[in-house]
Amino acid sequence: MTVRVGVVVFPGSNCDADTIHALRLVGAEAVPLWHESVDLGGCAAVVLPGGFAYGDYLRAGVIARFSPVMRSVAAFAAGGGLVLGICNGFQVLAEAGLVPGALLRNRGLRFLGRDVQIIPERLDTPFTRALPDRRPLRLPIAHGEGAYFADEAALDELEAAGAVLFRYADAGGAVATADDEEANPNGSLRAIAGVIAPGGTVGGLMPHPERASEAVLGSDDGRLILRSLVEAAAERAVGTPVVVGAR
Amino acid sequence: MNGPQRFRFAVNVLPRPGILDPQGRAVEGSLVHLGLAGVSDVRVGRRIECTVEAATEAEARRTVERLAAELLANPLIEAHAIELLGAIAGAATGAAAIAAEGESSR
Repeated sequence: MTVRVGVVVFPGSNCDADTIHALRLVGAEAVPLWHESVDLGGCAAVVLPGGFAYGDYLRAGVIARFSPVMRSVAAFAAGGGLVLGICNGFQVLAEAGLVPGALLRNRGLRFLGRDVQIIPERLDTPFTRALPDRRPLRLPIAHGEGAYFADEAALDELEAAGAVLFRYADAGGAVATADDEEANPNGSLRAIAGVIAPGGTVGGLMPHPERASEAVLGSDDGRLILRSLVEAAAERAVGTPVVVGAR
Repeated sequence: MNGPQRFRFAVNVLPRPGILDPQGRAVEGSLVHLGLAGVSDVRVGRRIECTVEAATEAEARRTVERLAAELLANPLIEAHAIELLGAIAGAATGAAAIAAEGESSR
């Protein structure tokens, strides 16, 4: 069976079509979910895509948080549903309090559009389970507000709880230091590029897996992240472990 | 006079102390080109003004407090301060009346 994955479309989302395309590549029946609807259409997982929801007015992600679809997404998440936020979608999840922390303006003030390397911290999550090992992944970033922030105590708690999903890495594959402007260009604290919420079913990351899902794009590393999500969603939908699609 | 009154508020939002504020730093960095000395600790935030209709000033303030805490500022990274600009008399409407009241009470 194919598993249905919903991709939320906010006014200002601009990665929704790419995300739907990439999810189909890894075997999902991907469908758009309109922001004014509270109906998640029976989806086994929901993705909040990149873009500039509601123009990023006030703060990136904050207006989107109050849209009707987010009431359903929050309830879905509270019930253990799988939710992945990519870039602006990560910002929406953070503003909604569905993942810990906040995304601040990039340290250098500039919008950054380029490739980075990230290392998965864990391979046992719904977002990383299809990764063969902890080798670095090459994915593009495209954001103006991507500097991950939480206070020191919260960062310690995140690390202790295993809530860090990805960290930026340097060319040698080592975790980037806080002041490495090449490897961690937005200035994320402890080089955090993605996190998961307590419960392990809601996650977000700043880099774009859907923009690195075919070799012709220069990298297909992102496909492994989306495949992880679709596999996890399929398993929930049928109740038994399955592996979907061929790489 | 009975019935609801109208109050004009401002909410000032600033990055919390200790939060890196690259905008503030950029502004500070430009001061040297202005030939200004002795200015430091520049922080850039935002100011939001609104009119609230309520029975009392306390009730209006509670509404603004909720608006500020739940929407205008992200408490993880921003602090906010609420400022009452003034009460707006009677059924007066329009930006001119609001501006006049706001100015007179500052």
